[in-house]
Amino acid sequence: MNSAFRKGIRHGLPIALGYLSVSFAFGMKAVGDGLTVMQAVLISMTNLTSAGQIAALPLMTGGAALTEMALTQLTINLRYALMSLSLSRKLDHTMGTLQRMIFSFANTDEIFAVASSQPGKVGKHYLYGLMLTPWFGWSLGTLLGAAAGTLLPAFVRTALGIAIYGMFLAIILPPARKHSSVRAVVAMAVALSLCFRYIPGLNRVSSGFAIIICAVSAAAAGAALFPLKDGESE
Amino acid sequence: MKWSVFLPYLAVTAGVTYLIRMLPMTIFRKEIKSRFVRSFLAYIPYAVLGAMTFPDVLYSTGDMRTAICGAAVAVLLAWRGRSLLTVALAACCAVALAQGALLLM
Repeated sequence: MNSAFRKGIRHGLPIALGYLSVSFAFGMKAVGDGLTVMQAVLISMTNLTSAGQIAALPLMTGGAALTEMALTQLTINLRYALMSLSLSRKLDHTMGTLQRMIFSFANTDEIFAVASSQPGKVGKHYLYGLMLTPWFGWSLGTLLGAAAGTLLPAFVRTALGIAIYGMFLAIILPPARKHSSVRAVVAMAVALSLCFRYIPGLNRVSSGFAIIICAVSAAAAGAALFPLKDGESE
Repeated sequence: MKWSVFLPYLAVTAGVTYLIRMLPMTIFRKEIKSRFVRSFLAYIPYAVLGAMTFPDVLYSTGDMRTAICGAAVAVLLAWRGRSLLTVALAACCAVALAQGALLLM
């Protein structure tokens, strides 16, 4: 086996372990919401995105319009466009159009973070290895959670419900601690989200659109108040 | 869920998510000029995840008391920069312990 491919597999292993617990919780929740085991696994195999998949569940079970689903996914996953733009410049000559079309499917927050942190340019063997283990872990965890989640004692099932939010917090808080601008953006988004949940009238807006409005307003306000300096990526 | 209802949703979620990731990496290979657009895109992930986490995390365990315990542990560890796996599992353990404590009370 190619050594760059093996290195990618190795670098993907801790990501896959992290995904296992979170996708387990997703699989359990999907089946609890009325999807079949195979439907839950299919979502994970074809989407590979925690926040987007979690947001999709209430829209599916609530019979939302397909346009609302598309807009919700667009907003929640818009960050990947920036990551793909950023990573695009780091790919070497082995990454032709076809390779880019294959690898970009797996450009998650964590895979992006690991690929970006490699010294120099990265090539197709390394990236294919790096996308394989996390994809497998995400799909396997979903299968286990969907198929066997109900076999777990109730207190374990309940406790796993918070796993995905723990992961979200682990993504947003370190940069929020470092940059006051990120802190302000998160605070605005949370404040708006609370308004959409608790203020009568506003709480009739569906969850997908509420997330879109909260995120776009907070990020736009952040971009207007705290524009990035030149060369700054975060 | 019926497959006839499920499959269109699956196609839309997977299709939109894939295009967002694929198009920029395949087509655009140069820098974005607008500082506002770059800043906006950089802040989007934090805004999205912030809005998705609160207040939903408080309802994630079915009992707000145990959810607050789990969220507090997660916030503390995440603030200190611990890994995704550590934060997620510690939050689960805190919820499990809180459930046990409530049973004993």
